[in-house]
Amino acid sequence: MTNSYAVPAIVAITLVTVVIGAFGLRLARSTSDFLVASREVSPHWNAAAISGEYLSAASFLGVAGLILKYGVDVLWYPVGFAAGYLALLLFVAAPLRRSGAFTLPDFCQLRLGAPWLRKLATAFVIFIGWLYLVPQLQGAGLTLRAVTGAHYTLGVFLVAGVVTANVALGGMRSITYVQAFQYWLKLTALAVPVIFLLGHWQRQGQPPIPTPTEWLLPLVGEEHGLFATYSLILATFLGTMGLPHVLVRFYTNSDGAAARRTTLVVLGLVGLFYLFPTIYGVLGRFYTPDLVATGETDTVVLALPGAAIGGLAGELLGALVAAGAFAAFLSTSSGLLTAVAGVLSTDVLGRGSVRSFRWSAVVAGAVPAALALRVDALDVSQVVGLAFAVAASSFCPLLVLGIWWRGLTDIGAAAGIMAGGGSAVGAVLVTVVGPPLSGWAATLVEQPAAWTVPLAFTVMVTVSIMSRRRVPASVGAIMLRLHAPDALRADTPR
Amino acid sequence: MSEEKPQRVRIVLADIPRPSRTAATRTELTEQTHVGDALVRGLVRAQLALAVRLTAVVAIGLGGLPLLFAVAPVVADQRLFGVSLPWLLLGALAYPFLFAVGWAYVRLSTRAERDFTDLVERP
Repeated sequence: MTNSYAVPAIVAITLVTVVIGAFGLRLARSTSDFLVASREVSPHWNAAAISGEYLSAASFLGVAGLILKYGVDVLWYPVGFAAGYLALLLFVAAPLRRSGAFTLPDFCQLRLGAPWLRKLATAFVIFIGWLYLVPQLQGAGLTLRAVTGAHYTLGVFLVAGVVTANVALGGMRSITYVQAFQYWLKLTALAVPVIFLLGHWQRQGQPPIPTPTEWLLPLVGEEHGLFATYSLILATFLGTMGLPHVLVRFYTNSDGAAARRTTLVVLGLVGLFYLFPTIYGVLGRFYTPDLVATGETDTVVLALPGAAIGGLAGELLGALVAAGAFAAFLSTSSGLLTAVAGVLSTDVLGRGSVRSFRWSAVVAGAVPAALALRVDALDVSQVVGLAFAVAASSFCPLLVLGIWWRGLTDIGAAAGIMAGGGSAVGAVLVTVVGPPLSGWAATLVEQPAAWTVPLAFTVMVTVSIMSRRRVPASVGAIMLRLHAPDALRADTPR
Repeated sequence: MSEEKPQRVRIVLADIPRPSRTAATRTELTEQTHVGDALVRGLVRAQLALAVRLTAVVAIGLGGLPLLFAVAPVVADQRLFGVSLPWLLLGALAYPFLFAVGWAYVRLSTRAERDFTDLVERP
């Protein structure tokens, strides 16, 4: 299914990304500009940027592929990806912005005053960031191979190279504009073909879509389906707030109220986007049934316009979708890379100067690129789901308890992260490199959130209570800082 | 590039409230007197209660669906406007529902903060 218009479309999208990045480069002068866009980004730009960054290969390609393959049960993936922003809004957005923390390690130090806890948080940020970057690069390789027949390695290197250069040279200011632009591009690239596809299906007289029972109805023919579903719900609802590239963005809001408004707009934008992958998945049952047979369901979004409509229109729409897919890889990878490079440059390789940020970006991009070359057999959506589970079992309890509970201590936080996050990391490693499991063991390892998240919360609370004397003396002042309305600090210089 | 270091410090330590005016209650807040402490605790509790209530709305309204489908499979077999009910609920209606809950939260929490501000700034 090579598409002769796809290459120009992908080249164009990559060039536009570089050009907007370069445009931002001229504006980025100080470290503050570089890392957080000097906090001058308006809520609407910021919301589009957050959404653009968030809608990854898993959203753009993976969700439709999963729906094509498994049907109604996986509709919880997009619902959870969107609902994660509601949890973020309810429990984290405004206080986190007011805390002034730029990264999760910053939050640890600020809230618990323990420099050693930074190291643990940094390790988890890097693990989650790389776990999430690998499938993005992999998706790029698969897409380029699917639409042009190019070698898998080329797509990986193309995206890794462009993104690393862009982040290293332009920093955050430039990617704010890149990301905002890419949200609208992704929405267009998915929505416009849907209009044509549905119109085409109407003109054909609405041929019935084959709907086997286990595909159409929930919890049919799946082992431990209810447990797996709730585990998925927990991971996605609670994991979003712990993703490093999501949190970094909140610092670019001007104050707590703006952070809330931004999050609400994001919830709307992301929800709007997720209406479309479902339609691809459903129409794919009729137009591209062979993908189910071969197991290449991840490419349904790319293949559908050509298979259903065909001709010049089909090819052009296919090229549009391929461009959107590349926008997804570029934008999510940029955000992840900025986040990972940020903690690398402040906590591991340097002290947060522009130079160390640039070097960190190179390291942060090179490692997942090398990993992506080795693991092209891994399932894209599954890995992303595991990244959510790790985030939900480590940073979600840290943030929620840190913001709302005075009793959290540094030892409690560390114990909770090690117990919950550590178990989730173990589950990831067993899933990716371990032996194939069956029965309950398989369910517990493939969808770990239902036990690792409660474990993390329980351990964090219990150990904190046991080490009550270590509650920071400044906790009252910190609570005030996190929760006092913005109006009460109007006289504070921003 | 000599301005790099001070800039970085500003990032990490941004927004420590340093009131220059001396409204009495505001001083009580920042100096952690008993009154100030009670005020902040009250606000935090109110905001948390709001977030938890809205979480319960989502937990029941959306989180209850898998259980409902498991307990009463006949519900999952219904059709509305020619679309299978679970598909309609999860594929489309879940998103406006989530947005509505978020919208309600922004309104209510902003109002709670305004009330708190009025209380503190009251002469």
